[in-house]
Amino acid sequence: MNAAIRVRQVAKRYGKVQALAGVDLDVTSGEFFGLLGPNGAGKTTLISALAGLVRPDQGTLEVMGYDVIRQYRDARRNLGVVPQELVFDPFFTVRETLRLQSGYFGIRHNDDWIDEILAHLDLTPKADANMRALSGGMKRRVLVAQALVHRPPVIVLDEPTAGVDVELRQGLWQFVRRLNQAGHTIVLTTHYLEEAETLCGRIAMMKAGRVVALDTTANLLRLHSQHSLKIRLANAGALPERLAERAKSIAPGQFVLPLESYDEMGGIFAALQAAGLSIDDFDLAKPDLEDVFVAVMAGA
Amino acid sequence: MHGFRTLLYKEVLRFWKVGFQTVAAPVLTALLYLLVFSHTLERQVRVYENLSYTSFLVPGLIMMSVLQNAFANSSSSLIQSKVTGNIIFVLLPPLSYREFFSAYVLAAVLRGAVVGFGVWLGTCWMVDLQYAAPWWIVVFTLLGGGILGALGVIAGIWADKFDQLAAFQNFIIMPLTFLSGVFFSIHSLPAFWHGLSRVNPVFYMIDGFRYGFFGRSDVSPWISFAVTACFFLLLAAATLRMLARGYKLRG
Repeated sequence: MNAAIRVRQVAKRYGKVQALAGVDLDVTSGEFFGLLGPNGAGKTTLISALAGLVRPDQGTLEVMGYDVIRQYRDARRNLGVVPQELVFDPFFTVRETLRLQSGYFGIRHNDDWIDEILAHLDLTPKADANMRALSGGMKRRVLVAQALVHRPPVIVLDEPTAGVDVELRQGLWQFVRRLNQAGHTIVLTTHYLEEAETLCGRIAMMKAGRVVALDTTANLLRLHSQHSLKIRLANAGALPERLAERAKSIAPGQFVLPLESYDEMGGIFAALQAAGLSIDDFDLAKPDLEDVFVAVMAGA
Repeated sequence: MHGFRTLLYKEVLRFWKVGFQTVAAPVLTALLYLLVFSHTLERQVRVYENLSYTSFLVPGLIMMSVLQNAFANSSSSLIQSKVTGNIIFVLLPPLSYREFFSAYVLAAVLRGAVVGFGVWLGTCWMVDLQYAAPWWIVVFTLLGGGILGALGVIAGIWADKFDQLAAFQNFIIMPLTFLSGVFFSIHSLPAFWHGLSRVNPVFYMIDGFRYGFFGRSDVSPWISFAVTACFFLLLAAATLRMLARGYKLRG
């Protein structure tokens, strides 16, 4: 197993706040990895430590086998970071920004690759526009482009879709997926759990500076969430006793029944019919990362 | 090496793109100083034998422009990058802290030199200037620009807001440059102020720079060179140490 990212016992304290409290994490090469957690959980501090923007008080971090402090040049060459904040340099055009960023990484004559990234991110018509003239969504895309100018094998996206419209979000994910398929390791932090569920093969959840859950997305869903049947009975009726024991009442006449498998549905409807109850509406809910998240955060 | 060159190029491009503000305006300010002071004092003040006050004043004004603009370049670039957050673009790439230091200081020297050249260009045709020891002119331009460029790096990294930077500029840099013999010889000052000027490193930069023009100065150019070179080395070491530790840049 080839580790793209290896984090060992990383701790960081800001005054009284323990931002990271001994984090261990491995991300395998080629993975699409999700890093989730509430605000203040330590996700951005961990990413910053990985990028060399924050010095940990203890522990080590490696990118593609290179220590981020001792071998910072190699570590940074292998890492592309899309920062959370919408930052830009107002002095330059999009192309100048990308040329400069290539130069900082020691790359000359990078225009062919820059043109390719611009095309993929629908930025070609704006190549010679000043950064100030761009909309928020476009600035966000330039940040993605900046993270890719040096073709890093590991790409970290820190909440890249915060405040971004649906169209751009979908376009961005399509592009990032393609990068992942081409072999890039992707690490994503997001508050949109459905995005993480769809995209990430494995997920780590953080709380108060610790990793409190780490597994494949499928396993997390299996362990912490299940299918359920939501029923609304006519005339705010009550469930038969046998069903009421396992159901959760969410409103008068409305219940959620957890299901081990779909096979149970026949029995449930039969029991309702036998009790002479009629159903106004029902809904079948699939396992959901939001349930997992809530369960993990409550349990951690 | 290419990373360093790119950062230097970016820093130069940054001030060049707003040349009216970063080059033309300080040149005009220096010319206005010259106009006002020479008009008022030309007949009253004579610092050196056979040298008009206006001639005496020009090298001081050139050097003052070099110093103030070198400081302004590195300090304003850094604080702007910090406040807007785009400093991250130069912190993520594999640039060493030495490359970072060299690029910002060299760009500051260049801005100072360009403004100084502008002031010279604006005055040389109307003022009688000599060039007794031109190499000293070059040496003190580089050292003076380097010192103030490094001070600008320190101030730009230390300050969290523009207000703090303005305080650094107005309460430290401005008094140091004004009380350094730009407008007068420190020999004309009362004993206390004379003594104080002797511990002002900017005095040695201006005195040595002026020697390059007229071959005359308050102290030997070698002493001025020794003082400014030592000061530069100390300041460079302090700035490099600050950058190596990631002070305020890499929490």
